[in-house]
Amino acid sequence: MITIFFVASLLITITMALSLYRAVAGPGVFNRVAAVNIIGTKTIVLLVVMGYYFERPYFFDIALLYAMINFIGTLVFAKYIERGEL
Amino acid sequence: MIIVHVVVTALLGTGVFFAMVGSIGLLRFPDFYTRLHATGKCDTLGAGLVILGAMVYHFFQYPETLLVPAKLAFLILFIFIANPTATHAIMKAAYKTGVEPWRLGEERR
Repeated sequence: MITIFFVASLLITITMALSLYRAVAGPGVFNRVAAVNIIGTKTIVLLVVMGYYFERPYFFDIALLYAMINFIGTLVFAKYIERGEL
Repeated sequence: MIIVHVVVTALLGTGVFFAMVGSIGLLRFPDFYTRLHATGKCDTLGAGLVILGAMVYHFFQYPETLLVPAKLAFLILFIFIANPTATHAIMKAAYKTGVEPWRLGEERR
């Protein structure tokens, strides 16, 4: 049963690599910010799945913290580009 | 117990499928707005389904610690509120900055 989590984490890592292409090569700043936000969401999922694969339940606290940091970071960046200041 | 394994596998597989479809949309679509149209929904649903699968697995595998499924439920709730909000904020910033939406027949950008 633990193999399912390993396969899921591997596929999520491949998906993050696909999104990383858009973060590196995407034209303009907005494509890059959007791709970084999506990679952050996939990092949360990867932390939850790897918490079961390594049997470490405190990975979920890190996932909660990372969700909040990712949301605040994206919001601050969007407002900074929109207004030119913070 | 086999029912639980089948349900968890189906939820994880569906979630990973949605995440992969969102990433392929992020690569393939021609414009910033269409890219976020693909990923803003697929990514939220994929993350929610994977975490729901982990929650079901924990609920039947380790029934003595019920704090962890509560944390995961809060994580699903937070992602379902925060991810569309972040997508909307980026889109509004791009629209106010002057990024033109793509029309049929134009170049990819």
